[in-house]
Amino acid sequence: MADTADMAGWACPAPLRDYQRIVLGHGGGGVLTGELIEHLFLPAFAAGSSTTRRDPTSAMADTALADTALADAAVLAVGGIRLAFTTDSYVVRPLFFPGGSIGELAVHGTVNDLACRGAVPLALSAGFILEEGLELDVLGRVAQAMGRAAAAAGVRLATGDTKVVERGLADGLYVNTSGIGLVPPGVDVRPDRAAPGDRIIVSGPIGEHGIAVLSVREGLEFGGDVHSDTAALHGLVAAMLAATVPGVHALRDPTRGGLATALCEVAAAAGAGIEFTESAVPVPPVVEAACGFLGLDPLHVACEGRLVAFVAAADADAVLAAMRAHPAGRDAVVIGSVTAEHPGVVVARTAFGGNRIVDRPLGEQLPRIC
Amino acid sequence: MKYLTEFRDPELARWLLDAIAATASRRWTLMEVCGGQTHAIIRHGLDQLLADQVEFIHGPGCPVCVTPLEMIDRALAIAARPEVIFCSFGDMLRVPGSGTDLFSVKARGGDVRVVYSPLDAVHLAEAHPDRQVVFFAVGFETTAPANALAAVTARRRNLTNFSMLVSHVLVPPAMSAVATAPGNRVEAFLAAGHVCTVMGVEQYEPLVAEHRMPIVVTGFEPLDLLDGVRHAVEQLEAGRAELANAYQRAVQPEGNPAARKILAEVFTVCDRAWRGIGTIPNSGWRLADAWRDFDAEIRFDVGGLTVAESAACRSGAVLQGLIRPPDCAAFGTSCTPRRPLGATMVSAEGACAAYFQYRRLAPAGAAATPGSPGPAAGLQT
Repeated sequence: MADTADMAGWACPAPLRDYQRIVLGHGGGGVLTGELIEHLFLPAFAAGSSTTRRDPTSAMADTALADTALADAAVLAVGGIRLAFTTDSYVVRPLFFPGGSIGELAVHGTVNDLACRGAVPLALSAGFILEEGLELDVLGRVAQAMGRAAAAAGVRLATGDTKVVERGLADGLYVNTSGIGLVPPGVDVRPDRAAPGDRIIVSGPIGEHGIAVLSVREGLEFGGDVHSDTAALHGLVAAMLAATVPGVHALRDPTRGGLATALCEVAAAAGAGIEFTESAVPVPPVVEAACGFLGLDPLHVACEGRLVAFVAAADADAVLAAMRAHPAGRDAVVIGSVTAEHPGVVVARTAFGGNRIVDRPLGEQLPRIC
Repeated sequence: MKYLTEFRDPELARWLLDAIAATASRRWTLMEVCGGQTHAIIRHGLDQLLADQVEFIHGPGCPVCVTPLEMIDRALAIAARPEVIFCSFGDMLRVPGSGTDLFSVKARGGDVRVVYSPLDAVHLAEAHPDRQVVFFAVGFETTAPANALAAVTARRRNLTNFSMLVSHVLVPPAMSAVATAPGNRVEAFLAAGHVCTVMGVEQYEPLVAEHRMPIVVTGFEPLDLLDGVRHAVEQLEAGRAELANAYQRAVQPEGNPAARKILAEVFTVCDRAWRGIGTIPNSGWRLADAWRDFDAEIRFDVGGLTVAESAACRSGAVLQGLIRPPDCAAFGTSCTPRRPLGATMVSAEGACAAYFQYRRLAPAGAAATPGSPGPAAGLQT
């Protein structure tokens, strides 16, 4: 460090670095998670994939691996039918928050991953990792929440597993759910089907889940009238597909990483650009206010009961009407469109007429919100 | 939303933009001092809308960017100690030191915790009397009062296991360093509104007089920024150099007397090294002698660290307005938020990070291949 001020010589470089261990950001659903999948999991898993039974006549067969990495759920051809298959782990803290609990999340999150492939959810598994000392009452409330959510969604909790680890080796309880669903004939919903000209529809206000969890986070309790938006979306998807099957190109539920991440992932998968109008995105005042004082971007805050749809322009009005007629989509709104310009890049038009690139957060913005 | 949506009103923004365009007879060079202002300008596209009237030079007001490397290394050394609970604002966790960062220390078992208030660290010290709780007290005049309050609270509660690693920096000396730097192109300053909320505006009168440059105290929402620009451009066009307050709803001329009182008690002015710039005289605060028992640098023997800065990144030239971030050869290629060469690429308030996040252009050949995993990796990493 020089002894005197040297503005021209300002240099603050640090050596190129990389993480040699898992950091929290690897679980954030952002850039670091993507790198983990691309550079660690996919190469390691690719060797075994050739032994997976696949129907060689299936259109999905040759893209199954990439399909798994990029989409909310894998679609597997089994005999003459197509099954959607997905898994998700839930580690939210605290376990109970305004509008829901880890129990509802564990059902809705996995159901929604199936729904975003256009699948009709059939059954879920439930795996529990419990910390020694957890009150049975807490586990009971979580299990009942899962049961209620599954019954309301019309899916069976068909199989399960329970493990207990010593006190201190888990934080209360973690839940993993896997799900299978049936993809109806003709339905082909996947991120890489989004195409230039598609209209982009958001099903409702964004960010409420992430802010609801933060509002009761230890050391941050800021109250406010905000409830998690956690909800199952397969009914909404069915209503959309009733309006048009071929016109629904891609669906994404913007969970970790928020709407920005969902848009970026679809732009990347489709090899197309995305343009949207920032002021068209429905951001509830409480979310905007909380983001304002926490320094967060609402576009990066998680939802658990919203989806973003990429719909052929000719079908957009019909799909929008179908969404608005459904309780889970009554506030649906078109926010932008897919373009052949700037492939892979998402651009927001600001309210003032400027524009900016919208990116995924690097790592975790809000740890353990789902 | 009170005080938020009102200051993001597109129609009022258009009115201010028109007023600035009608006033400006040429393009003026302004420096917004605070990184939060930089972020808002780029995020809302104000630089594009004012491209014909204003060139924004992005100032050094990003605490993450200017915290010196040796202080980061001290933080890393303290955080790695088994008896320590190391508390920091989240932004600092990703800042690379000479060899690692706080995230990695945490991953290796260090007890590193993100807090939202320094008083949370005091509460941790009360809850864990068998541990040493250290708070990383960085930032400008804005964050300093709460940090001073943490020391006062810890003393009032007789906590002997609480200390602070202090690296506070002060805005006015940095503005003087910019104004007197050889080749300076800045013609007016948009002063950092939140700093003035604490300290008031009187410190800037001598700067205006000495450097003959308009200084406009400016807020952080789009309309605040446009109003600050309007004030500055009006003065420049009229050949005036005055101190103006375009953030009156938050800034009183005398600042916050209670905050200034506690600051004067707990901290004392010192020379401070700014990362990449060097030492600026009287540009920082350290704990006053009466409070040295809360000084983590004294409590933990972390002297004698050898720091390793290279000279690869050009953020000095960026801060002077000699180049824009994309003009740096490393920008978006070898230097990204994922693998930053310089701290200006690390912080959300850093100028390079703001450009990368909102303004980088798609590199040739980045077009994605349908179905391939992560085709946008070239853009995002």
